[in-house]
Amino acid sequence: MAPGGREFDSVVRLVGVQKYFGAVHALRDIDIAIGRNEIVGLIGDNGAGKSTLIKVMTGVLAPTAGKIYIRDREIPQSDYSVRMAHDLSIETVYQDKSLADKQPLWRNFFVGRQITDRFGFIDIKREKEVAQRILIDVIGFRGVGITVDSTVSKLSGGERQGIAIGRAMHYNADLIVLDEPTAALGVAEVRKVIDFVRLIKSSGRACIYIEHNLAHVHEVADRLVVLDRGRIVSEINPRQMSVNELTEYLIDLQHRG
Amino acid sequence: MAQRDGASAWLRVEGAPIIIVFALLLALFMWTSPNVFLSPSIYTTFLTIVPPLVLLGTGLTFVIGAGEIDLCFPSIISFSGFVFAVLFKEYQLGWIAVVAGMASGVLVGYLNGVLIARVGIPSFIATLGTQFFWTGAASVLSGGKSYALRGAEESTVWQWIVGRPFASATTIDWVQGLSVQALWTALIVGFLWLVLTHHRFGEHTLFIGDSNDVSRVVGIDVDREKIKIFTLMGALAAFASIILTLEQKNFFGNQGQGYLMTAIAGVLIGGTSIFGGQATIVGTVFGCFVIQILEPGLVAAGLTGSWVRTVQGFIFLVAIVFYMYVDEPQRRAALMLRLRSIPGFGGASASRSSASE
Repeated sequence: MAPGGREFDSVVRLVGVQKYFGAVHALRDIDIAIGRNEIVGLIGDNGAGKSTLIKVMTGVLAPTAGKIYIRDREIPQSDYSVRMAHDLSIETVYQDKSLADKQPLWRNFFVGRQITDRFGFIDIKREKEVAQRILIDVIGFRGVGITVDSTVSKLSGGERQGIAIGRAMHYNADLIVLDEPTAALGVAEVRKVIDFVRLIKSSGRACIYIEHNLAHVHEVADRLVVLDRGRIVSEINPRQMSVNELTEYLIDLQHRG
Repeated sequence: MAQRDGASAWLRVEGAPIIIVFALLLALFMWTSPNVFLSPSIYTTFLTIVPPLVLLGTGLTFVIGAGEIDLCFPSIISFSGFVFAVLFKEYQLGWIAVVAGMASGVLVGYLNGVLIARVGIPSFIATLGTQFFWTGAASVLSGGKSYALRGAEESTVWQWIVGRPFASATTIDWVQGLSVQALWTALIVGFLWLVLTHHRFGEHTLFIGDSNDVSRVVGIDVDREKIKIFTLMGALAAFASIILTLEQKNFFGNQGQGYLMTAIAGVLIGGTSIFGGQATIVGTVFGCFVIQILEPGLVAAGLTGSWVRTVQGFIFLVAIVFYMYVDEPQRRAALMLRLRSIPGFGGASASRSSASE
C-alpha cells in the first residue's frame, strides 16, 4: 500500500534540530517524527516557527544543528535540497505558489518532470492522457467543466489546492506538506480541501497540515503538534480534546508567556 | 460547461486576431493601391526585407513570454554586424566572419542573461545599460565609419545567406527576386515555434513568465533558463544583423536602431502578453508582417513616410488595449461594470455578454 513499498517507520524524523536566523533562535530542540500514514496538524501562533519547521523538513532551509532522517535513514545536511526532497517523495503544496495561472492543467501536472523524447520534446498526447486520468481518478473532477486544457486561472481556490494535491499524489509522494491550504477560501471550498486531505490519508500517505483555523485541522488530523516560540510544547490527540478546549488551551499558552 | 473555457473559439486559434488584421490591412491596401499590391513583386520585396524583423520578433517572443524585456538587441545588430563586416571585408575571412559575428551576438546575449539572472538586475535596466555599452563599443571600434561590402554577391557566404537562387533559372521578374533568407527565417522560426509549444525549454519559458516563484517550486532552474533565453535572443539578433549587412552590402553603426520599437510592437500586437506567461510565435510573425506592410502600404496610398511611425504606434497601442481586455478576465469584468453603469447601456445587453464568456 505505501507508495515506494520499502519498509520504514517514519517518513521524516528530526532529531535535536536547531535553527538560528542570526541571533534569533527560530527552532529549539525539535524532535518530531511523521509516521507513514498519519496526518499531523501543525499549529501555533504566527511566528511560532511552523513555516521554518516545514522548510527545514522539505530542504528549503538547512538547519543550524540537528539530524534529519528520511525513511529512517540519516540525510547528510549539506546535500539536502528541494530537488532531493522531491526525489525522496516529499512534496510541498504552497497556498499560492504551486500552480502557474496562465498555463493549462496538463502542463502544470508535468512541468519540472515532463515526459519527453531524448531531445527534450514533450510527448503532449501522453501527458494529456495521464493528466486526464489524474483529473478523473485521483482528484475526482467529474462533470465540473474542467478539462486538462483549462488554464489554472479558471479554477476556484479549492480546485487549485485539489490539483496541486492530486499532482503530489500522482508522483507517489510518501509525505505531502500542505502550507495553509484553506487560507482565503470560502466555506464550500474549504470542504473540498478537507476532502482532499482525507484522500491523502486513505491512499496510504502521510501529510503535514499547517493551518490557522483550528476547526479545520482538528477535523482531519490524527495528531496535533503545537509549536510555541520555536519549541514543540505539546502533542494533542484531537479525539481527546474538543475544538473549544483546544482553543482555550492555546490562549492559555499565550498568556503563560 | 463550455462557458468556463470561454473566449470565443476563433480567438483560440493561435494568432487568429492578428492574422485577421493582416488580411484586412492587405485587402485595404489592395483597394487603395491596386497597381502596387496586386502585383507579385511587392511580395517578393516584402519577403526580402521582413526576415530580420521576424527573427528579432521571434527571439523577443521568448524574452517577453518569460516576463522579461530586451532593449539591447539593436546594439547587438550594430556590434555583431561590425564584427562580421570587418572580418568579412578587411580580413576576407568569409564563413569565419559569419561564425565570429554569431559568436559575438551569443556572447552579448549570454552576458545580458548573467546580469539579469545571476546578478539580479531587472532586465529593463540591465539591457538598457548594455544597449548603450555595445552600441558605443561598435562605434568606438569602427571609428564611426561604415563598411561597404562591394562585390559581396560573388561570395558563397552571400549566396548562401541572402542569395537569389532563382535569379538565373527563370525570366519571371518576381521569381528571380525570391531571396534565400526568407527560407532560412521560415525554418528557424518554424523550429522555434516547435520549441516554444512542444519543448521543455518553451514550457519553462512560459512558466517563468507566469511566476518565478511557482517555477522554482516546481523545480525549474529559473536562472539558467533565463540565461538561455537571452543567449537565444543574442544569437537571433546576430543572425538578423548578418542578413541585414549582407542584404544591404553595407554596414553602418546604427543599423539596428529602427528595430527597437518595431520588433517589440510586432511581438505585442501578435498577442504575446506584456505580463509574460503567454506567447505566440505565429502571432509574432503576423504582427511583424503588419508592422512591415504599413510602410509600403501607406506610402503607396500617398501618405508621407512620417505617417508610418504614427500609424505603427497607433496600431501598437490599440492592440495592447485589445489584448488586455481579451486576455485578462478581471479587466474585462471591470470594463463591463463600467459600461453597465452608463445609463442606457447596461441591462439586458450587459448580462448577455457576460453569459457568453
